[in-house]
Amino acid sequence: MQERYSRQVLFDSIGEKGQEKLGQKHVCIIGAGALGTGNAEILARAGVGRLTIVDRDYVEESNLQRQQLYTEKDAKARMPKAIAAKDRLNQVNSSVTIHAEIQDVTVEEMERLAQGVDLIIDATDNFDIRFIINDVAQKFNIPWIYGGCVSSYGLSFTVIPGETPCLNCLLQTVPLGGATCDTIGVIAPVVQMVVSYQTAEALKILVEDWSSLRKKLVSFDLWDNEHVSIGVERMKNSDCPSCGDHPTYPYLSYEQQTKTAVLCGRDAVQIRPPKKMARDLDALERILESQNGEVNRNPFLVSFANGDHRMVFFKDGRVLIHGVNDISEAKSLYHKIVG
Amino acid sequence: MIVHINGDQRELSSQLQTVFDLVNDYNLSEKNVIVELNGRIIEASKHRDTPIQEGDRVELVQFVGGG
Repeated sequence: MQERYSRQVLFDSIGEKGQEKLGQKHVCIIGAGALGTGNAEILARAGVGRLTIVDRDYVEESNLQRQQLYTEKDAKARMPKAIAAKDRLNQVNSSVTIHAEIQDVTVEEMERLAQGVDLIIDATDNFDIRFIINDVAQKFNIPWIYGGCVSSYGLSFTVIPGETPCLNCLLQTVPLGGATCDTIGVIAPVVQMVVSYQTAEALKILVEDWSSLRKKLVSFDLWDNEHVSIGVERMKNSDCPSCGDHPTYPYLSYEQQTKTAVLCGRDAVQIRPPKKMARDLDALERILESQNGEVNRNPFLVSFANGDHRMVFFKDGRVLIHGVNDISEAKSLYHKIVG
Repeated sequence: MIVHINGDQRELSSQLQTVFDLVNDYNLSEKNVIVELNGRIIEASKHRDTPIQEGDRVELVQFVGGG
């Protein structure tokens, strides 16, 4: 066994056999922000055979406080995160095969990315994509590990198809309008804690030590010193459309997807949630007022101008993003504000 | 009324009578929170009908999107 893995091999629950298994496994990491870079670095150092890293964004200065694979050079060059992550990971462990994709992950992409993968790590920043990951994971019988964090708070849950409840059992509907790292901030230790929970579970899955999985939903606030762990086994719902007895994988259907359209000639992109909603414009206005930018409000909409972009939020849920004509850039801006 | 929330002892105002009231008081929505009351998960649809009582142990887990 190679010296570089010796301390991990000495750890009984991994051992030589576990190390060999790690080398044969393929993990797909969706998102290369804070959670994505943390997960990717640990799994690459652990000697996982193949990593696929997918992200639609590029590195910015405000990422450097917590997105551990990136440097000032990456931010200055506005390097796509997937590429900057791959470059760094190749230096960390050249024996790991890294596939990097600059990609906005849609249903179609997710179904393709899932092929031949042993585990999916959620390192995304929104629930639209998490519900797609959840359905694809159920459809192709692939474990996935949810992670989320904002402020000093984080949580994680491991979804094993056929065993645990899925995200749809736990939440039933896509939560909209939650706090995000861009609206209320996030500290790096909470990122690292979520990454630790995710990667510990990942290693157990990859060495096939199924009985050691945590099984509980875990959450913590590192500033308020709270730690909560609750058993959710009984939330597994046999009627769940994603993982129940007769699954229909609702989030893979067109109707359930967030719709986007480039408005030709207007240098704008429209984003429309799958269901009509009554957006709470008062709450949104409060959030936006804490941001750097100009907020305008009338009874029908809130408008937020920041740099080259202007976002207009309508009461029915639609958002127009002016100053962009690229859908993935528009989605990225949108999810930074509304989660 | 004294209850334990996420492991900490808290004094609740007497206006908070149900799980729904408590979730609201924490500025959470039943759409993105999982509530465990004395070791039992309380489904979102039952939050309004489930009273909070002296000495209860409540765990609140909020789902957040950031990452």
